[in-house]
Parts: sequence; structure tokens; C-alpha cells
Amino acid sequence: MTFRPEHELHKRRFGRNLGLGLTLAAFVGLVFALTVVKVTRGEPMQGYDHVVQPGTAKPEGAP
Amino acid sequence: MTDTATFQTTAEAPREAGFGDYVQLLKPRVMSLVVFTALVGLLVAPVGLHPVEGLAAILFIALGAGASGSLNMWWDADIDAVMKRTARRPVPSGRVEGGEALAIGLALSGISVVMLALATNLVAAGLLAFTIFFYAVVYSMWLKRLTPQNIVIGGAAGAFPPMIGWVAATGQVSLEAVLMFALIFMWTPPHFWALALFMKEDYHTAGVPMLTVTHGRKSTRAHILVYTLLLVPVATGAALTSIGGPLTLVVAVALNLWFVIGAVRIWRRDEAVAEDDKYAVEKAVFRFSLLYLFLHFAAFLVEAALKPYGLGGW
Repeated sequence: MTFRPEHELHKRRFGRNLGLGLTLAAFVGLVFALTVVKVTRGEPMQGYDHVVQPGTAKPEGAP
Repeated sequence: MTDTATFQTTAEAPREAGFGDYVQLLKPRVMSLVVFTALVGLLVAPVGLHPVEGLAAILFIALGAGASGSLNMWWDADIDAVMKRTARRPVPSGRVEGGEALAIGLALSGISVVMLALATNLVAAGLLAFTIFFYAVVYSMWLKRLTPQNIVIGGAAGAFPPMIGWVAATGQVSLEAVLMFALIFMWTPPHFWALALFMKEDYHTAGVPMLTVTHGRKSTRAHILVYTLLLVPVATGAALTSIGGPLTLVVAVALNLWFVIGAVRIWRRDEAVAEDDKYAVEKAVFRFSLLYLFLHFAAFLVEAALKPYGLGGW
């Protein structure tokens, strides 16, 4: 059994899918923009890549 | 709903939900108030956020509010169905299933809290999580059907957004954030009780212990006056802090004077007089209360906008 393509139900489902698709696209865009802002500023980041980090090294004799 | 199931529906059966029905689940009108007050909280804070972070913060605070709205609609579907004002909501009307509302509410709660933590800080995210919990569990599930003070308690949930906005920017709770919270918290009871006075049948039918039902309408009128008087020091106090200034103080004094006059008029009336003029004073005070809150927060915003020009603030 098939629906005719112009059935009202299909229009409603298309609207629902379109709405969800646009919402997800906006979410992805926002997360991307947020990532760019955070990475560009880069304040709290310090990569632990098995290289000595002078900024985080404790002075000798420190507790 | 599957295609096969669609054939079984009748003309009387609820139609399949559209995207708009899911948006309705998030209570967009409440969200607009949340967006506005959270935005003011964020913009009047002494620490500025990057515009993208600010946008994300506002969106996720609003999403969190929407999530709690969805959880509320899931839980309250039974009483929503018998109240005229709420009977056409997506769940009681059958367009969205209760389980869907629950799932959407839980999913959006998680997304909004985690994303707010990533976009701003953990304190703001913690406050948002607490707000969702407070509205969905403490208010909707526990106290709404238990005590006539339900509106007072529920008001706390609506009062958090400006505080979250402030904390998103500064990372900590301060006096200004507490006063913005207190302003909405103290404003909510007179606002809703004025509504309850002229929407009496709805709450009565649903069996929600509204103050008008449990303590009578005379007592409700007295409660409106008491809370409006308690609101005065909070509103004028906020105008005296770093988010206020001469303009805010003038606005606060004028608005509170007007609100108190309205509350006194409500208090002095009895039911016979109110029914004669179809609750004209109660309706006018309810409408004014919306303007009251909007103008208060708008004044904070204007004050902050004028500061760079050496005009706003103390």
C-alpha cells in the first residue's frame, strides 16, 4: 500500500524533518564557532604530549 | 507513528505532531522571558564574554528552561487536560505522547547543562541543572499539588535565569545576582495570584491547591498586597547596587508605587464588586505586572549600556 506523494502526512513529516535538520545544523554551527573561539584564545589549554611543560613544572624542593 | 498506524486513525483522532508541536513542548513564551532576563543578567555583569560564548550561554539557558517545560508537560498532562487554558497543549491533546515529552525533556536537560559548562563554566551549568531539577521535581512533581504556596516555590525556578546569566559571565554568585533572582521570585506570586483571581474555574476544576481555592479569595487579595510590599525593598535595593543607577532607581520607585497602588485596589475590593466589572482591576494589575518586570530589567540593561559613556551607574 502506498501513499500519494502529496499526502498531507508527508508534508507534515517533511516539515518535522526539515525543522530537526535545521536545528541540528544550527547546533553544529554553534559548536564549531564556540570551538574556534576557545581554541583561538587558548587560555586554559596545555597539551600533555610527553614534553616537559616549563609552565607547569614545580620548582625543586616544592611540596 | 508508523504509516500503517496512520490508516487506523479516524477523523476524531489527534493528528500526527508537526515540528511546531515539539516547539510548543518547550513553552516558547516562558523561554522568551528566560532569554530576556538571562541576557540582562549576562550583559550587566562586570565581566564580558565573547559574543559567541554569550550567544551559546543564552541559547543553552533557554534550552534548559525548555527542557524543564517539557518535563512539566509530561508530568502534568492529567491536570492540563481538564484546564481550558492548557487543554490544547501537545501532550493532553494527544499530538505528542507523554513518553516523547519525557525523553525530549531529559535529553535536552543533559545537552543544555553539558553545553553550558563547556561554553562558560561549571557553576553556571550547576545552577542550570539545579533549576531544571527544581522546576521539574520539586515544583511540578512534589509541591504543585501539595501546597497553596506552590506559586511561591515555582517562582524560584523562573527567577534563576538572570542569576545563571550573571554567573556564566563572572563565574560566581554575587549580591547583584541574588537581587535579580529575588526580584523575579517576589514578583511571581502577585503576578500569578492576580491571574488566579479571574481564571478561578480552571484551577478549581483541576484540583490544584491554588491559594484562591484553599484559603479563599479574600485571603488571596491580602497575599497579593503583602508580596507586592515585600517586592518594594528588593526592587529598590537592586537599583542601589552596581547594576543600578539614578535611572533604575527612578524607574523602580515609579513601577513599585504603581504596583502597590494596584495591589491595594485589589485588596480593598470584594468579589461582588470584582464580578460587577468583570475583574477589571485584577486584569489590569496582571497586565501591568508583565510590564513591571520587563521595564525593571530593561532599566538594568540601559544603565549598563550608558556606562561606557559615563552616564549610567552610580
